[in-house]
Amino acid sequence: MSTTDNQLPLWEVFIQSKSGTPHKHAGSIHASDKNMALENARDIYTRRGEGRNIWVVLSDQIAASKTEDEAEFFDPADDKVYRHPSFYKVPDGVKNM
Amino acid sequence: MKTPEERLNHFNACIESEVKIEPKDWMPDEYRKTMIRQLSQHAHSEVIGMQPEGNWVLRAPSLRAKKILLAKIQDEGGHGLYLYSAAETLGISRDEMIEQLHSGKAKYSSIFNYPALTWADIGAIGWLVDGAAIVNQISLQRTSYGPYSRAMVRICKEESFHQRQGYEIMTTMMNGTAEQKEMAQDAMNRWWWPSLMMFGPPDNESAHTKQSMQWKIKRESNDVLRQRFIDKTVDQAHFIGLTVPDKNMKFNESTQQYEISPIDWEEFKQVISGNGPCNHKRLSHHIKVHKQGKWVREAALAFSKNQQKNKATLFTN
Ligand SMILES: [Fe+2]
Ligand SMILES: [Fe+2]
Repeated sequence: MSTTDNQLPLWEVFIQSKSGTPHKHAGSIHASDKNMALENARDIYTRRGEGRNIWVVLSDQIAASKTEDEAEFFDPADDKVYRHPSFYKVPDGVKNM
Repeated sequence: MKTPEERLNHFNACIESEVKIEPKDWMPDEYRKTMIRQLSQHAHSEVIGMQPEGNWVLRAPSLRAKKILLAKIQDEGGHGLYLYSAAETLGISRDEMIEQLHSGKAKYSSIFNYPALTWADIGAIGWLVDGAAIVNQISLQRTSYGPYSRAMVRICKEESFHQRQGYEIMTTMMNGTAEQKEMAQDAMNRWWWPSLMMFGPPDNESAHTKQSMQWKIKRESNDVLRQRFIDKTVDQAHFIGLTVPDKNMKFNESTQQYEISPIDWEEFKQVISGNGPCNHKRLSHHIKVHKQGKWVREAALAFSKNQQKNKATLFTN
């Protein structure tokens, strides 16, 4: 790998498509700073009006859980059925609950 | 922590049950290597593919045609970037990929080593080359690697305009003067066979197909995809009065498929191994432009460093 040339830092791109909806991961781009990252993200991921707002974040700033540890990582929620409304008995005849 | 065996079992179970493999997931080295090879080759093809069409931007016959061609080429650049990003999630850097392209270690689709000689070639490229790419890419939307699959979904949405604009050019020319018709037919004659070669060697000779199908990197074989393209495209050609340059092609009533003459795989091998009409031109152009852009990348980085320094002094003062 060459050390004299590089393709600029890597950024992850999140796009909000409509007001009220969450930003969704779209992919990544290379850029030297925040402004270039936003402009590159716009040119690469929203050429057909796919977005109304963009977030960019340096890829090395993201922490991720491991899918292979999925079972252990998420198991604290596994035995808590009482977090769901269907756990509870509501007497027959009670309405609007 | 899992044992190596548990990891492999988990991976195989994901493949089996159509659960996508994601960047941080454990995967066999050979899967990673195959995926990197395919993704980088696909990305390089999108980028090198901008060259034959770029050749016609300044000679497009109308402002409308020029704007369409520019938008199409810009999409192809975007496709390259989506795919480079997907490859980077597997641990290869963009620099390495570009170095491998320049050294010849990484390949790109042999189709882009043919020249775009007339305006009708722009029609034939959009209709046939993008048309073939679409058949392949629709199938790849179901590939097992998550980032590749998502890039394919995005790319497929953008591709259908590429094929339509090409077919529109061909249709216009086939409704034109005798000379224009001749030009369209000539482009058809030159691009037909190379487009069929885009799907790669026949199944019984394809080096990577079997393992790739097992891992669901590829979902359908070269020959299946090629036949699908033929059956769609021959009717489109006839509809506007173009002749398929294959005298012995015939329609099989029982299979409802077109049977074509044998493909000249010797030509394919020659072009892939560097002896096509434009191999040298395509690669040397990419190397030249990449070198020319070096100072821009350096300046952008220096600017960003300066800005951060300035900000730091602002806060400490
Ligand atoms: Fe493309
Ligand atoms: Fe395309």
